[in-house]
Amino acid sequence: MSRFVYLTLCVTIATALSACSSGGDAGSTVAAHGKASAVTPTTTLVIATVNNGDMIRMQKLTSDFTNTHPHIKLKWVTLQENVLRQRVTTDIATKGGQFDIITIGIYEVPIWAKRGWLKPLTFGADYDVNDVLPKIRAADTYQGKLYAAPFYGEGSMLMYRTDLLKKAGLTMPAQPSWNFVVNAARKMTDKKEGVYGICLRGKAGWGENMALLTSMANAFGARWFDENWRPQFNTPQWKAALQTYVNVMKQAGPPGAASNGFNENLALFNAGHCAMWVDATVAASFISDPKQSTVSDHVGFAAAPDDGKGKTTGWLWAWNLAIPASSKKTADAQAFIAWATSKHYIDLVAAKDGWANVPPGTRTSLYDNPEYLKAAPFAKQTLEAIDGADTHHPTVQPVPYVGVQYAAIPEFQAIATTVGQDFSAALTGSVSVDQALRNAQAATEREMQRAGYYKKK
Amino acid sequence: MARRTPVPRIVLTSVVAWTVGLVIFFPILWMLLTSFKTELAAFSSSPSFLFFHWTTENYVAVWTRSNYLEYAWNSVVIALGSTLVALAISVPAAWSMAFSPTKRTRGILMWMLSTKMLPPVGVLVPIYLLYRDAGLLDTRLGLVIVLCLSNLPIMVWLLFNYFKDIPKDILEAARMDGATIGKEIVYILAPMAVPGIASALLLNVILAWNEAFWSLNLTSSHAAPLTAFIASYASPEGLFWAKLSAASTMAIAPILVLGWFCQKQLVRGLTFGAVK
Repeated sequence: MSRFVYLTLCVTIATALSACSSGGDAGSTVAAHGKASAVTPTTTLVIATVNNGDMIRMQKLTSDFTNTHPHIKLKWVTLQENVLRQRVTTDIATKGGQFDIITIGIYEVPIWAKRGWLKPLTFGADYDVNDVLPKIRAADTYQGKLYAAPFYGEGSMLMYRTDLLKKAGLTMPAQPSWNFVVNAARKMTDKKEGVYGICLRGKAGWGENMALLTSMANAFGARWFDENWRPQFNTPQWKAALQTYVNVMKQAGPPGAASNGFNENLALFNAGHCAMWVDATVAASFISDPKQSTVSDHVGFAAAPDDGKGKTTGWLWAWNLAIPASSKKTADAQAFIAWATSKHYIDLVAAKDGWANVPPGTRTSLYDNPEYLKAAPFAKQTLEAIDGADTHHPTVQPVPYVGVQYAAIPEFQAIATTVGQDFSAALTGSVSVDQALRNAQAATEREMQRAGYYKKK
Repeated sequence: MARRTPVPRIVLTSVVAWTVGLVIFFPILWMLLTSFKTELAAFSSSPSFLFFHWTTENYVAVWTRSNYLEYAWNSVVIALGSTLVALAISVPAAWSMAFSPTKRTRGILMWMLSTKMLPPVGVLVPIYLLYRDAGLLDTRLGLVIVLCLSNLPIMVWLLFNYFKDIPKDILEAARMDGATIGKEIVYILAPMAVPGIASALLLNVILAWNEAFWSLNLTSSHAAPLTAFIASYASPEGLFWAKLSAASTMAIAPILVLGWFCQKQLVRGLTFGAVK
């Protein structure tokens, strides 16, 4: 018995000692990349980021940065998008100081900059700030100061199967209308063969179905709020948008569409089950890649559909690098951001992995590069999609908020997720379109009043 | 002579047991199979069960990209550390409640259990601020403390129920022979309660190993355990199921092996009081 007690005691002490020795590098979660250098790193930058191809590639290429900055060591914290958002928000709001560089979307930039959570960025002339795409730069700017630097950007567009369109006897216009898309979807649907006319996001979430439906509503002349922040789901424009979406998905969409997000639709398209797909421009590189897609030889690209009212279903998004106000390593963090979002980095990726793999949607010069245009047949459409989105004037009628597929207010995530659930329910048929809109209106009114945007009459 | 169970009944029971077992095990089996598929095959709308192109590329990719051993070591330290500290507190606590109960013992036990009913996110900001000021953010010690506190009510309840079944007369006999409280616990109670302590210990290790909320929110680059390792493989844009499955398989492998060898004690712990 005494042996058992001694053993337990020994293990307890050993574990406690190990638990206490959490400083240093023993517990480093990610190996720092880079060649061994004569200079010992004295500064460690902790970078919080999301898991996508471009970010992972950046982690592999950081030796290019650490070779020229041998005093800096990089540590990566990679998390799922929503977890990252919650984790970084908690840290930044409590001034926890756990991160020196954070990856944030253009939704967060104006909100966090306004609260003083981010440090403004200033770059030298060689960085060429004016080369950053104007729409992306505007989205990362608050009160004339740049608070984040874009790592990659995207708009939205219509991706389609050229073979199925031809078979249906149709020609895709450069700027298709929703009317054309709905009719084309019906014609191209062949459920016996497992081909569905259109694949759209149905999974509930502010960044899932609501990204598409908000953009679609913009095209139909709808808006989230009027100039006095009053919700507008009780308008005919919203009804037209949601009714069109539900109808076309019921007639020509894949089964179980209410659980489909970006990745599910990507898989369906790549497997040849979708004739058309309206989603992020970043998908273009995936569906054109023969290693991933079975239909890579038959894909075409067009602008996101409109409804003849002057706005399209286009949206704008960028993942950016920013420095939280709690970081004490501003100069080094800024040096890294300047490297990761520079023209030099784009050239580096092109040299190592080819032009088709450079992070898209950030720099004008990239879209003037003939080598890139040759390697990425979707480049022109991507640029037009980004240029066509205007975060400051996203709707036909005036609105008090900034953002195309979102409204840049802190309450939006929660409200849009609730509304997304209502609209997803309309897609499954468990509630009618009218009921879903009534539910959305009631929920949004309640939250906006509670948040003090306006008082109940 | 014992009566023989009829053969049809044995067959029926076996079939039901195997079916239930396979249904419960299927998600793990599917994860294992997915980890050997290509990303395209993993996301296929007509998934294949066994007849696909088997590949280990996902394991290679995960091993190359992440420092798995560091994550695993953090998990081991945090799971064992929090369990042993919780054990050191819960054994005397359960002993006192089982053998020297007062009129408030039942109330205290219920109060301890009620702390498990509070959603952790409700105390995230206070804990985060406390940890920030104490320098415990992103430390293994910080996670040991929070997971110990989080699992303590379960440990006390399990041990309390086990100790209650031990006859008090034996302890009284030891006292009459001059045993102190410490000797009573170490030489009389502990040997009799080893199965109960072992199952409580195993259960706590598994709970701590699988814990994700605090692990993700209180760590960043130094003390992140395997739950953070898994979380890093979900992607908003792009196919990731195969790599996520490989990462998940690598994360659960150690605890699966431990559970396999200790299933007897584990089942005993999980079914405490079930037939009383």
